[in-house]
Amino acid sequence: MNKLKTINKRSWLSSPYVIWIIGFTVIPMIMIFRYAFTNEDGSFTFSQITAILDPIHLKALIFSLEIAIGSTVICILLSYPLVMAMKRLNLGKQGFALFILILPMWMNFILRILAWQMILSNNGILNFLLQKVGLEPLAIANSGTAIMVGMIYDYLPYMVLPIFNAIAEIDEDIIEAAKDLGAGSITIFHKIIFPLSIPGLLSGIVMVFVPSMTSFVVSDILGGGKFQLVGNIIEQEFTKSMNWHLGSGLSVSLMIFVLISMAFTMKQEGEGKGSAIW
Amino acid sequence: MVEKIKNWVSRFYLGLIILFLYAPILVLIVLSFNSSRSRVKWGGFTFDWYVRLFSNRQISEALTTTLLLAFVSALIATIIGVLSALGIHAMRQRNYQLVMAFTHIPMVNADIVTGIALMLWFVHFIPLGFGSVLLAHVTFNIPYVILSVMPKIRQMNVSLYEAARDLGANAVYGFFKVIFPQLTNGIVSGFFMAFTMSMDDFVITYFTKGPGVNTLSTMIYGEIRKGIKPEMYALSTIIFVFVFAILLVVNYIPQKKGKVVKERGLR
Amino acid sequence: MKKRVISVLLAAAVLGMGILMTGCSGSQEKKGTLTVFNYGEYMDPAVLDLFYEETGIEVKYEEALTPEEMYTKYKSGAIDYDLLCSTDYMIEKLIQEGEFQQIDITSLENKENIGNKYWEFSEAFDPGNKYTVPYFWGTLGILYDTTKVKEPIDSWDILFDGDYAGEIIMQNSMRDTYVVALKALGYSVNTNDENEIRQAHELLVKQKPDVQAYLVDEARDEVVAGNAAMAVVYSGEAYLGQEYNENLEFVVPEEGSSVWLDSWGVTKNCKNPDMAMQFLDFLCREDIAQMNFEYIYFSTPNEAVIDSLSEEERKDETLVPPDDATVNCEVCVQQNPEIVDLENEQWKKLKAE
Repeated sequence: MNKLKTINKRSWLSSPYVIWIIGFTVIPMIMIFRYAFTNEDGSFTFSQITAILDPIHLKALIFSLEIAIGSTVICILLSYPLVMAMKRLNLGKQGFALFILILPMWMNFILRILAWQMILSNNGILNFLLQKVGLEPLAIANSGTAIMVGMIYDYLPYMVLPIFNAIAEIDEDIIEAAKDLGAGSITIFHKIIFPLSIPGLLSGIVMVFVPSMTSFVVSDILGGGKFQLVGNIIEQEFTKSMNWHLGSGLSVSLMIFVLISMAFTMKQEGEGKGSAIW
Repeated sequence: MVEKIKNWVSRFYLGLIILFLYAPILVLIVLSFNSSRSRVKWGGFTFDWYVRLFSNRQISEALTTTLLLAFVSALIATIIGVLSALGIHAMRQRNYQLVMAFTHIPMVNADIVTGIALMLWFVHFIPLGFGSVLLAHVTFNIPYVILSVMPKIRQMNVSLYEAARDLGANAVYGFFKVIFPQLTNGIVSGFFMAFTMSMDDFVITYFTKGPGVNTLSTMIYGEIRKGIKPEMYALSTIIFVFVFAILLVVNYIPQKKGKVVKERGLR
Repeated sequence: MKKRVISVLLAAAVLGMGILMTGCSGSQEKKGTLTVFNYGEYMDPAVLDLFYEETGIEVKYEEALTPEEMYTKYKSGAIDYDLLCSTDYMIEKLIQEGEFQQIDITSLENKENIGNKYWEFSEAFDPGNKYTVPYFWGTLGILYDTTKVKEPIDSWDILFDGDYAGEIIMQNSMRDTYVVALKALGYSVNTNDENEIRQAHELLVKQKPDVQAYLVDEARDEVVAGNAAMAVVYSGEAYLGQEYNENLEFVVPEEGSSVWLDSWGVTKNCKNPDMAMQFLDFLCREDIAQMNFEYIYFSTPNEAVIDSLSEEERKDETLVPPDDATVNCEVCVQQNPEIVDLENEQWKKLKAE
């Protein structure tokens, strides 16, 4: 009973944010919805929403999904060993290592992606180095692989930071106790570290998966304009074809799609919430 | 012995990731000393771009705007985000899910959609200028703060706070003495993510800014057509070296002795 | 520890901002302001300072990357622009929508600096030269590496015959790509014939496997760096490319191409048309046009500037396209809405292949 009282007392803290959401997320979204549900002549239609099922758009959606899932999974696979290594070397507590991860992101995004283009291109830096050591040059430029590299590069810190924050807080004594009881590293990771890192992991998944669904700059520059992500199509509808209705429609259906896939994550998070250390 | 190998492997892996993250930065640094205006041609070594950088008023104005915008928007977003994360966490399941869904919206929307929607909306009540860009940046920054603070809140030990309150601490005191320290990591990484997002954004800034307001991003995008000006590489290099130097200095200032953390690390 | 890092960082940031904040102010008394909308990096910033010094009119300068971005931001009405510089087809759209006010070009003292040829180009989208003043212009052609392409190129066919598979860079822009395909087929770039558009699409689809990339701004760099043998680029880009790599050649194929023209117009809501005209006149003045030319290095319609160029520069076809290079070229104008829709649809399909 007491718990419930505290809970209700605290939720007013989010009221500034709720007002902010209404003012700067909901109302602007209504404007987008107005475009999404009308034709050029202003009459109501569902066709902009269902346009996502058009084969061209569907193809782009599936490709985006592949890229987004691929990037997210690889980011996760790269993040855990990284976080464990940082923990082992005792780097994280000092904040230094975290800043080292985030520092590259303070250089302008477009400059960094253009630099990647120079690294990956046919006559680029990577192939130059490969040839120096006597290896075959790679043909990564303007491919799906190049897009993935760019995405992973751009989003990796957003996966590492929340996972690290979750793991850093784990009480060393628990791990020590487990060790004393004979648990191996794998057991410790599997039974202690991983379960406790899940809230961070979920945040990381959202911060990597969601933005990578709508990005278009990386695919335009590193994919050589030969691949279309949903983000590219939406961008094109707004800026090139000047078809705001279709652009909004695609954007709204993408939003619904992503929110549904997030609902899955949310469900887990919700369950996790129930078992928090209250 | 095994520990040693493990440490070595850890260092090696860390090194690889750092190489991955810093490879493009290295390219930018090299380009800042390239006397050719073209990024794909090496024309010899020069310091020219650094000299020119300091006489370029547009760039210094854009840098000021960028830093101010990133700092203020991240700060506001952090304050609102932390408070709301605490509030959201206390919500009942349904409200919780609803608010979190709305939190994801600015992230789900393509930047261009958010940018145009905000522009269409701002037109009704504020003139486009620094203020409108700031509002827009806070809007897309908040979700990142919430998402990095939320996991910490869920790990947080609330009983401590309740105990403090029982012992007579008021809410504000309790927050700063008990809750805040438990959330520091999340808040800090949220703040820096927000700061980073704000520094990087182009599309939303473009549509919500007024004439004469320029950030480094809008400036760089404007330059793409004619080729990025090497002054930008020089500026990136300076920012990088500057921040890196601060990090190193701070990191190597000897810490207070006898910290528990340190001892554990040595064992 | 972390707190210390943060506080030092923050202190440094605030300090840095303080230093940068110390701006500078001019000596001229301010007589008025003009809000000007132009493409990025499309005017020497010194021109604006000079204009203020001479007239006391302050220019609030806003940049855009593409004509469409410009249109979107202009149309939202969020900012009252006085002057706008955009590209042929977008200008035509704005004129048709009544967004520009009529101006009297004869009132420009420096009108004579702009060659007749360019006023004629303008007629394509601004009949009677009632609304706009030309600013810069150019053509679309092929930039190629003579160390990789042995024979001289004179036709668009080389992009489509498969001899240079994987070595070709096309423009990541619908209109420009269609210009190439339509001209290769011998059609008009402004065709309103659905069948011709479909044929062009077929050609582009067949070409796609041979295309290394569809790029906009980086196309030039890729040829300069030797990553590709040829790229479809604007003449102004080609000039820059040749600056960096002397083995590059630029050609406007014999079948013809498009001529683009960027022009200035005065918006319908401009509060001070006299000041706006003063600004346009200023841009046409020889020394100012010269400054801008040297900043941008696109072809200028200002004949006073062309006359003062060195012999070598005047002969450079990328800087001063000769009359016979543009003989088969057309200015892009708005096509029928159905055709535009069809092109958009086909373009998406092409990219999705």
